Amino acid sequence: MSAVMSGVMTSTVYVQLLDLACGALLATAVVIVWRRRLAAIIRTFAVQGAALAALAGVLAVHARDVRLGVIAAGVLALRAVVFPWLLGRALAASGPAPGERETRPLVNVTASLLAVAVLTLIAYAVSRPLTALAPSPAADAIPVGIAVTLAGFFVLVTRRRAVSQLAGFLLMDNGITATGLLTTASAGLLTEAGVSLDVLLAAVVLRALAGRMRDAFGDTDLDDLRELRD
Amino acid sequence: MTRLGIAGGIIQVVVITGGAPLLAGVMRQVRARLEGRAGPGIGQPWRDLRKLLRKEPVTPAGTSELFRIAPLVLLATTVTVAGVAPFVTDTSAVGPAADLFAVAALLAMGTATLALAAIDTGTAFGGMGASREMTIMALAEPTLLVAVFALSVRAGSTSLAAVVTATLRDPARVLSPAGLLAAAALALVTVAETGRLPVDNPATHLELTMVHEAMILEYAGPDLALVELASSMRLAVFLGVLATLFTPWGIATTAAPLALAAGTAAFAAKVGLLGAALAAGEVFMAKLRLFRVPELLAGSFLLALLAVTASYFLAV
Repeated sequence: MSAVMSGVMTSTVYVQLLDLACGALLATAVVIVWRRRLAAIIRTFAVQGAALAALAGVLAVHARDVRLGVIAAGVLALRAVVFPWLLGRALAASGPAPGERETRPLVNVTASLLAVAVLTLIAYAVSRPLTALAPSPAADAIPVGIAVTLAGFFVLVTRRRAVSQLAGFLLMDNGITATGLLTTASAGLLTEAGVSLDVLLAAVVLRALAGRMRDAFGDTDLDDLRELRD
Repeated sequence: MTRLGIAGGIIQVVVITGGAPLLAGVMRQVRARLEGRAGPGIGQPWRDLRKLLRKEPVTPAGTSELFRIAPLVLLATTVTVAGVAPFVTDTSAVGPAADLFAVAALLAMGTATLALAAIDTGTAFGGMGASREMTIMALAEPTLLVAVFALSVRAGSTSLAAVVTATLRDPARVLSPAGLLAAAALALVTVAETGRLPVDNPATHLELTMVHEAMILEYAGPDLALVELASSMRLAVFLGVLATLFTPWGIATTAAPLALAAGTAAFAAKVGLLGAALAAGEVFMAKLRLFRVPELLAGSFLLALLAVTASYFLAV
């Protein structure tokens, strides 16, 4: 069995592919914080979904686990195709208004990028006990998952538009999924499917909500909405 | 000082001094062809330099000695880096000067001297260009250092020669996340430091946007020739550092004539390809607003920082 496994994927190649997938996750998270144009953010988001699926795929081939393979396929379908499509629909529905096509962050982009740098270092610091529990190449990459989660949360709280907040929410979820895959390679298929469906439902609801908000108020700037209520 | 290092140093200085204007010519030609123009040919920068060198030296009234020595300092620092960095051979003629800090400091010294000379002229454009150049350099310099740190962490030394040797021994490192993130960060720094699009447009003299051109506006004749030569050499040096750190293959490891010839050819091919790719990319790019440049450089700094962090927690 082990001979077959080493034939399928030597451990150096496994570690390298795993690290490449994690590096791609991190880099795409940075690009999502960096870019202003929502269309570019959505494209990057699709790339990140593919990187996450590749991560799951590498783990699946390494562990020779069919269920993980199914999860990888599910992640690819949901995060690289369905979510970007939903976000794209939400963006297209917002019409040709130029203001809606770019994010208007509360914190300027330069400060956001530096904040993400600090968040990455924090992620590295706080995940050391987790990594020390069972040192393995996958466990070593846990900081990447936590860093993406924190970056997603940062995007969620510092953006004004509903669509960019939705992107932040999905970025955070990508991070949580990556952390889950890296910590417990043998997570139940049912759990993963349940979580994914939950997120899908949340995305659909948020997307519908954003559409309703625009129909009612003509804008999805959440700060303006609070002013309307006062 | 080894024979290999000295041979490499001499070849590098000759190749970069002679080839840098040709590199500029290739880049302009690529750009011209992609824009549907015939282009002046790759020898044009050398013809321009010959024309400028034949003119009589003229300096603006009221400028000090600083204005006159700045082109020499710029050229001297660039030639030094061209001689000591491991481009053609993997050992350096002057080991300590091939250190990351020494190379970054030498390149920064040239730019800073030119900025001082621009202020020395007392014109509005000179001061404006100097202030912009210093802003960009202050933001790009940390990224340059941190990006190369990511590579030197695993080599265990900040010497560029040691980094190159370590990469040659273990080529898989280049494809690690740390290597790729550092390459992206360093590419952005190269664009910013050499004043290419989208940070600065080398082909325009528009007062609202120019950075490097505003600084050298008062230079004429042989002084301008020196500044132009040094600028194109700077571009060749930056592209050379980028190429050598991330694709060191072909570099000469022995002092045999054949190895040196192969190293020179590999270096020329790598830098030429990178330059052509940069010029082709520039066709599709517009200049960034000056206020957006810090965003670009903060992004590249973050990529460099992630490269260093990744080299710790994703230890391949």
